[in-house]
Amino acid sequence: MNSKNKKDSILEKDVDSMNDNKKGPGGKRVTFNKNRISWRIGLNNFAKHLFSLSTVFAVVVLVILLFQIIKGSIGWLDWQFLTSNLSIFPEKAGIIGAIVGTLYLMMIVIPVTLILGVSTAIYLEEYAIEGRIQRFIKVNISNLASVPSVIFGLLGLTVFSRMLSLGSSIMAGGLTMSLLVLPIVVVSSQEALRAVPGFLREASYGMGADKWTTIWRVVLPVSIPGILTGAILAISRAIGETAPLVVLGIPTLIMKIPTGVLDDFTVMPIQIYYWTLDTVLTPEYAYLASATIVVLLLTLFILNSVAIVIRNKFQKTF
Amino acid sequence: MRSTNEEQNKYVYDVRGLNLWYGDNQALKDITMGVEENEITAIIGPSGCGKSTFVKTLNRMIESIPIVRTEGEILYHGHDIFGSHMMVEELRTRVGMVFQKPNPFPKSIFENVVYGPKIHGVKDKKILMEIAEQSLRGAALWDEVKDRMSENAYSLSGGQQQRLCIARTMAVSPEVILMDEPTSALDPVATMRIEELMEDLKKEYTVIIVTHNMQQAARISDKTAFFLSGELIEFDMTHKIFSNPQDKRTEDYITGRFG
Repeated sequence: MNSKNKKDSILEKDVDSMNDNKKGPGGKRVTFNKNRISWRIGLNNFAKHLFSLSTVFAVVVLVILLFQIIKGSIGWLDWQFLTSNLSIFPEKAGIIGAIVGTLYLMMIVIPVTLILGVSTAIYLEEYAIEGRIQRFIKVNISNLASVPSVIFGLLGLTVFSRMLSLGSSIMAGGLTMSLLVLPIVVVSSQEALRAVPGFLREASYGMGADKWTTIWRVVLPVSIPGILTGAILAISRAIGETAPLVVLGIPTLIMKIPTGVLDDFTVMPIQIYYWTLDTVLTPEYAYLASATIVVLLLTLFILNSVAIVIRNKFQKTF
Repeated sequence: MRSTNEEQNKYVYDVRGLNLWYGDNQALKDITMGVEENEITAIIGPSGCGKSTFVKTLNRMIESIPIVRTEGEILYHGHDIFGSHMMVEELRTRVGMVFQKPNPFPKSIFENVVYGPKIHGVKDKKILMEIAEQSLRGAALWDEVKDRMSENAYSLSGGQQQRLCIARTMAVSPEVILMDEPTSALDPVATMRIEELMEDLKKEYTVIIVTHNMQQAARISDKTAFFLSGELIEFDMTHKIFSNPQDKRTEDYITGRFG
């Protein structure tokens, strides 16, 4: 304590002598204000604890959620559950139909959103002439990202189910889901393309490369990590989303496992939804719902891991 | 691109009355100069005098800025580079460019050097290997990187990266190499190595180099052009510019009175 006081006094003396010599603009002296600095340091500590508390809150909620779900699924989540077809008897029920349905849905959603989304982003960022129309399109795409998913369900019902008579098939569901998550992919891909440093494009153009060659060989490889980050978000959302499929009238009570993209299907979130609804009649359905949630989370986890591995493979340092 | 006029043949670049505007700001005013083959032409001048703009106009890189407007002619071997018959991709294949900051691609050293040949359609792995070796030797980098061709270019030092960029430019076998302050981001040792390299480059290429550094211009160039506020003040043999400048402003600049 003693030494600290000594140090403080030396510091003050130094600052004082400095203040004597130096005058700021307008003749005002810059003085070292100990109270002010102590207050700022206190504020910093407060901010640190406030922010760590926010983090803790999020983690606690997640842990409680996971704990509840896993607790509910114990004893129900087994091989039989994964490989059996739907049944009204809880002990016999399985979700193979929903798993296959979700996988089929992804087979549509992933290529459609990636190809359409990245192409749109390339057009808007690289080819479109800057101006009002381009800005208008960009703002609209950003706004589409916040349109409620039920609305997309209605759009899918009108266009894909009715007009194209795809009914409640995997194709109709997949295309609807693609529309829903397309804005996420477009916006994040635009960000990724914009983040490619201009000097890399310059280098390519400087050697006589045309625009497409530059995009294909330089811009896209560099922006793949950013594009995949958006894709992960989008696909995760598509796997978990329920509302648009409910609007399309995706049934839950189908005993037939889909074998093609024009078959009827169900997906895990729908299965969870209906089992939760029917808990009033059959309490055991709650456990089935929990078990399905665990499977859904694992599927997401696996898909995300694959995307992250690809992303890291392409991650480049500058 | 065959020349139509014998007299024009003397110049690789024949710039006639070039004016350039950024929006309403005139950056180049009535520039007229000729660049001869296998010479190093240095362009000096204070910041903002238009020297980088000028060199970027020579391969039309300046067009990436949408508000740029040009007037006048730049003849490359007698052909107007702004003419409708000129494909900008062809011009840039014949006229390579090395930039201020080393800008290798985030790819392997090998992939960097063969980028140009690959986009111009060379597929044979053996030929690509040969081009890579030749270019890297040409840029005095071969001995340093021959055992690490598959490493990322960003593992090289700044000076090595810049020589890699020079090798990458040479791999397209251009006739002219434009250099926009190629050593301004490098330390003195790396700068010296690049200057040594310039001497060899001259034998095969016509080099136009923008430099901030007057000593560098004096050391390496055959001819020097002095730019000031968008005007070409003086253009002559380097030794003449530095020993006996005709214009007062040139003298003031090279003796360090401003700039």
